[in-house]
Amino acid sequence: MGRVILHCDLNNFYASVECLYRPELRNKPVAVCGESELRHGIVLAKNQIAKSYGIQTGDVIWQALRKCPNLVILKPNFPLYIRFSKLVQQIYSEYTDLIEPFGIDECWLDVTESTKILGSGRKIAYEIKERIKTELGLTVSVGVSFNKVFAKLGSDYKKPDAVTVITKENFKQIVWPLPAKDLLYVGSATEKKLSSRAIYTIGDIAKSSPEYLKRILGKWGEVLWIFANGLDTTPVTPPLFEDNIKGIGNSITLPRDLTCYEDAEYVIRMLSESVAQRLRQQYLKCYTVQVWIRDSFLFSITRQEKLKNPTFLAREISQKAFEIFKKHWNFKNSIRSLGVRALDLVCANSFYQLEFDSLKKLKLEQLEKAIDQIRRRFGQSAVLPAILLTKSDLPCKIPLHNKIHPVAFFK
Amino acid sequence: MRKIFVEVYAHFSKEGEITPISFVWLDGKTYEIDKIIEKRPAASLKAGGQGIRYKILVRSKMLYLFCDENRWFVELG
Repeated sequence: MGRVILHCDLNNFYASVECLYRPELRNKPVAVCGESELRHGIVLAKNQIAKSYGIQTGDVIWQALRKCPNLVILKPNFPLYIRFSKLVQQIYSEYTDLIEPFGIDECWLDVTESTKILGSGRKIAYEIKERIKTELGLTVSVGVSFNKVFAKLGSDYKKPDAVTVITKENFKQIVWPLPAKDLLYVGSATEKKLSSRAIYTIGDIAKSSPEYLKRILGKWGEVLWIFANGLDTTPVTPPLFEDNIKGIGNSITLPRDLTCYEDAEYVIRMLSESVAQRLRQQYLKCYTVQVWIRDSFLFSITRQEKLKNPTFLAREISQKAFEIFKKHWNFKNSIRSLGVRALDLVCANSFYQLEFDSLKKLKLEQLEKAIDQIRRRFGQSAVLPAILLTKSDLPCKIPLHNKIHPVAFFK
Repeated sequence: MRKIFVEVYAHFSKEGEITPISFVWLDGKTYEIDKIIEKRPAASLKAGGQGIRYKILVRSKMLYLFCDENRWFVELG
């Protein structure tokens, strides 16, 4: 028997949760947007009515308002969304323990074994869909298939509140006529490359030779060919069995543009504090520091450098990050967003070459661990580096968690 | 459809089960819950909200009492 994989995608998740709590908004166009005062003012989610006006996720608020002047704009309430995401996962867990989240509102479920007791994949999908509707008041689109890629295609195929079954027998009729961009990992650049060679649909990808696709797209060409032919065998991996974390990072879009090195040093220190704290939490150290910079014209660069010895010290990470920053940025344009990331992670007690000042470093490590304990007991702002008290117009809160993020398909 | 938040007196069992016993209504009076007919997670699509829904009988009137994240409300038609 083949695998039975479900991909469940909550429809217009943030907007649906908001409308559930405010029934008076259900018949109005609603969009959940980031806070414009903090310059996060883009559409994060919209309801079906707003969608019919052509509003898209990622639209800037003024663009959305131009499309629909009576659009109701709501601020996001992430704790509430996380609560609903957990409730949904609780329902999924009654059907299988093989659940792999793909962001806050999407999950893959491997129900192969459960079908022996609970009935076919289609039956389980309908049951889950109905339970989410009655118990949580949300709608979900479910794709049922024999691999993860087609299950995801299935959940996108019909929306909202629908179940699509893609089998080995019908995938050529359902999947192959779809545009190439609907396939996982076909972005706009890949789509352009493919269409310039008359490859427009998933079927066209499937019928091309893998060698030809490899010549055009590199190793991804072969991967796409495997996807399009339904040969994907990637397992559904619960987070517990996830591979090692490859990097820990934090980034921020700032309430005002950064115009000088002093500003940048401030933000880098703030982000490094968070990254270092999270490294210590995971009992990891990093060998490489990466800096991500996006300017006011939304042009972005990423630069990274290796450290001599692995570290989880905020001061060492921020020192290196600032060094990289100064080397690669001349402030021709001001900065809108900034990020710091720790890469090449190793276990915190792995061996490395000692130096003359190793004892000093050991003391600093103990000091920063002590700071962690104080923050755990009295809050993130209980101990702050003095530099973070120097600018009142920039945020000084050290973010600790960054839970809402898209997850990679390949781990 | 309105939702009326109410103060609830409940019994917490050793196993962690919560059983509402009575609630204080808008008029300030405490009303005993005569019977819990059904208990299940549900969305309150009409009044707005989600939680554990208790279908209760109070003075021979059937009501829906919701426990939404530690706040209790009655769905009122």
